[in-house]
Amino acid sequence: MSTDAAPDVRPAREFGLDEAWRLDERVSLRPERFGALLYHFGTRKLSFLTDPRLSAAVLALAEQPSARAACAAAGISAAELPRYRRALAALAASGTIRPEERADGTAD
Amino acid sequence: MAPLIDEFQYGLEAPICLTWELTYACNLSCVHCLSSSGRRDPRELGTAECKALIDEFERMQVFYVNIGGGEPTVRSDFWELVDYATAHHVGVKFSTNGVRITPKTAARLAGSDYVDVQISLDGATESVNDAVRGAGSYRTALQAMENLAAAGFAGFKLSVVVTRHNVGQLDAFEEIAERLGAQLRLTRLRPSGRGADVWDELHPTADQQRALYEWLLEHGERVLTGDSFFHLAGYGQAPPGLNLCGAGRVVCLVDPIGDVYACPFAIHDAFRAGNVRGDGGFARVWRESELFADLRRPQTGGACSACSAYDSCRGGCMAAKFFTGLPLDGPDPECVRGHGETALAAVAPGTAPRSMPDHSHGRAAGSGRVPVTIGRRPPERTCEESPLAGFSEAVR
Repeated sequence: MSTDAAPDVRPAREFGLDEAWRLDERVSLRPERFGALLYHFGTRKLSFLTDPRLSAAVLALAEQPSARAACAAAGISAAELPRYRRALAALAASGTIRPEERADGTAD
Repeated sequence: MAPLIDEFQYGLEAPICLTWELTYACNLSCVHCLSSSGRRDPRELGTAECKALIDEFERMQVFYVNIGGGEPTVRSDFWELVDYATAHHVGVKFSTNGVRITPKTAARLAGSDYVDVQISLDGATESVNDAVRGAGSYRTALQAMENLAAAGFAGFKLSVVVTRHNVGQLDAFEEIAERLGAQLRLTRLRPSGRGADVWDELHPTADQQRALYEWLLEHGERVLTGDSFFHLAGYGQAPPGLNLCGAGRVVCLVDPIGDVYACPFAIHDAFRAGNVRGDGGFARVWRESELFADLRRPQTGGACSACSAYDSCRGGCMAAKFFTGLPLDGPDPECVRGHGETALAAVAPGTAPRSMPDHSHGRAAGSGRVPVTIGRRPPERTCEESPLAGFSEAVR
């Protein structure tokens, strides 16, 4: 389906919850009732998020200093975090989200 | 994934993609043209209107548009509009007969992530192609593809409408695609537009259809098909990358004068949802039109519900039924169980509705055609099988 892009990030288990992540600039995310649609302009692949809170967390990455903070902003509890971490790791592996380039340590 | 596809049939916030016919003008006169193109329509959207529509697509996050026509590249503002769309995060895939794909243009296209090109060719040999698309069209298309290949554009699409005369050339098409670094895309011949005039002679026979199905099962992973052949799922196994009618639910058509139709194969008042020039623009048509609301309601299978193949084929293609005079809740005219042939035999000659706008060369506007209106009924609901396959292909 949507995950054919060559993974160029760390394996899922090492997904950095405390690091800053961003939606790849070639990816467009559109919230829908069931979650969200994602379209990657580079690979021309469409994929889906079937959880509105995961969609909210991915959108929150843009203004949060870490994936953990983005999950919190999306209303994801600490107990639920492992599940969402796995989902984010899969998105990282597909190149949908990427580590933020941090030149000076500040989040924009 | 069934619950997700259930969501799709109730419609999305915006189309995933839509077909946008930029002009009815065309340098060719293909006998099966689904939009009956030829002459430009004087009411065509102007450059500023097209850009405003692209702005709207951007706001709605329509991921990309399939631009066609007519021959879209004959519009003098074509490249300006392509650039405008991609600068506004609306991807472009355009269909062309290749007439304007010069080496210089090909080089330019090869450089963009946001533009994909689809070259139409309906015969793997000059004689088979030109019989349908017109003299010289085979050479034009081949030259365009060679220009793209030379420019390093990998993965452009070689797009073929499958007919009785080229269905035996599928391997040859694949060889051409492979030689030029293209990907083969096969679509179904629809009895839409001028296609209605030639459908009886050009649509694949039952035996050919079976062979096509087998071929798709064998080669399907490498070949794109749009949502073309989901009626073949009635044979038993869903061919890869198929199986969804998204009309008015996840796709639609905007024609050159801004009319919005449920799908590119249904250019008829019965499937016209509104016009982008109206109050509220395209977004309002997409979100509020009565027609689209109807299409997004759960559908019933009518005469087909009792058939064991119904869960696979979902009654087939709405447009194919409509333009052959069949009821929308009955079988597809090419039903693999043969129910379509029986149903077609009961249609009185000359009573099938015709696509309404006709811009064919050599035909006076509005001449000769008396569309017969049959009751508008919603089509079958979308197929539930392999939604990801269907959609990942739909966005290629």
